[in-house]
Amino acid sequence: MQRTIETATVTATVARLCREANFNLPPDVCRSLEEAVAAESSPTGREVLAQIRENALIAATEEVPLCQDTGFTVVFLELGQDAHITGGDLYAAVNEGVRRGYREGYLRKSIVGHPLTRVNTGDNTPAVIHTEIVPGDGLRITVAPKGGGSENMSAIRMLKPAEGVAGVKKFVVETVERAGPNPCPPIVVGVGIGGTFEKAAAIAKKALLRDLGQPSEDPAAAVLEKELLREINCLGIGPAGLGGNSTALAVHVELYAAHIASLPVAVNINCHAARHVSAVLPAAFLR
Amino acid sequence: MGERRITTPFDDVLVESLTSGDRVLLSGTIYTGRDAAHKRLAELVAAGQPLPVDLSGQVIYYVGPTPAKPGRVIGSAGPTTSGRMDAYAPALFALGLKGTIGKGLRSPEVVEAMRKHRAVYFGAVGGAAALIARCIKQARVTAYPELGPEAIYELQVADFPLTVINDCRGGDQYAAGRRAYACAP
Repeated sequence: MQRTIETATVTATVARLCREANFNLPPDVCRSLEEAVAAESSPTGREVLAQIRENALIAATEEVPLCQDTGFTVVFLELGQDAHITGGDLYAAVNEGVRRGYREGYLRKSIVGHPLTRVNTGDNTPAVIHTEIVPGDGLRITVAPKGGGSENMSAIRMLKPAEGVAGVKKFVVETVERAGPNPCPPIVVGVGIGGTFEKAAAIAKKALLRDLGQPSEDPAAAVLEKELLREINCLGIGPAGLGGNSTALAVHVELYAAHIASLPVAVNINCHAARHVSAVLPAAFLR
Repeated sequence: MGERRITTPFDDVLVESLTSGDRVLLSGTIYTGRDAAHKRLAELVAAGQPLPVDLSGQVIYYVGPTPAKPGRVIGSAGPTTSGRMDAYAPALFALGLKGTIGKGLRSPEVVEAMRKHRAVYFGAVGGAAALIARCIKQARVTAYPELGPEAIYELQVADFPLTVINDCRGGDQYAAGRRAYACAP
């Protein structure tokens, strides 16, 4: 059966998700911060983590942004191949949702329309939209606002296959070490391994959407996630970079097939305000 | 370790009494500024023209707040990455700027300029923007309103929690913190 989804519903949903994502720290991140407090041996580190948790409480109760950097609005669309979008341009509807959500939510407008001449667009558009066609007849929308401070510390490298797992680990740990206090630790590290240049970056971003602490389904990737988390938390950077053992809350590795000549590795760093929230349309589809 | 209360404006005696790792509660008037405002200030300095704000003895907070909800002084207001202002900071220290607030690493040139001109760099907790907004009692735009979140605001703050990252003797809390907690994996 073919389902119809109105673009007006898409706009209203995106607007709501923009506000929700910026006001509420996701439950998985809250749980992970709680675990970090228990594991942190630096008194200053524990104090910083307490401030971060108190901040989340204030933001949720008062409906104000967790962070002043309400981000580049990254929107993931998983569109069922049997769904039918009516009422206009889907991407225009998403951008209208961003415009509305950022205005109504008193969120910061952080986007310049041209990377060289740099004039603020004034409404946080355009969003970065990633679309995937999937089986089914619904539309899943995920809004993940991404801060500039952590995005700026991300990196990609085309390794030689001979460098192997050891080379991957070295590059990831070096990237986190070089980032130091800049990306607002404790951070979440998304690692994309394989594919082409752009595929590695895209899956590294997608890795940030996974619930914190949920291991990869691939056994080799799950082992790598554990080892990387241990090594990163031995760097000593700690909460706010003031020293401590919670430098990262989680490392998520996503894999893709690779060319016989290539071993691309992308490291996408997220701050502790690891914002992501989803909705499925039509809403009735959920029940 | 207790938190020490300090108030702006700063003089050399106060700056010299601060050591990397100290936790302080800052009160008084501070100014905001980030990328676009710093670019304009640097152009004025290069042209030998006066700045819209007298920075002597003052502190700049690297922040671009969210818009204030109705009835509020300011929106969420946590620190942005300081390193982007490194190219502009030494010229402002030479004009008497005594402190900056942000998050993240400073360049060796900035650390040297802080030593030479007696200035200090504070770290605020990145991401604690709703919490920090509670310390801001008044806010008014003093320059470049057309820059929106990047305008220069004059803020009145009370007990703003900060950590001294770089003091005026080259001390560095980021390096010291890592040394204390690094381990063998």
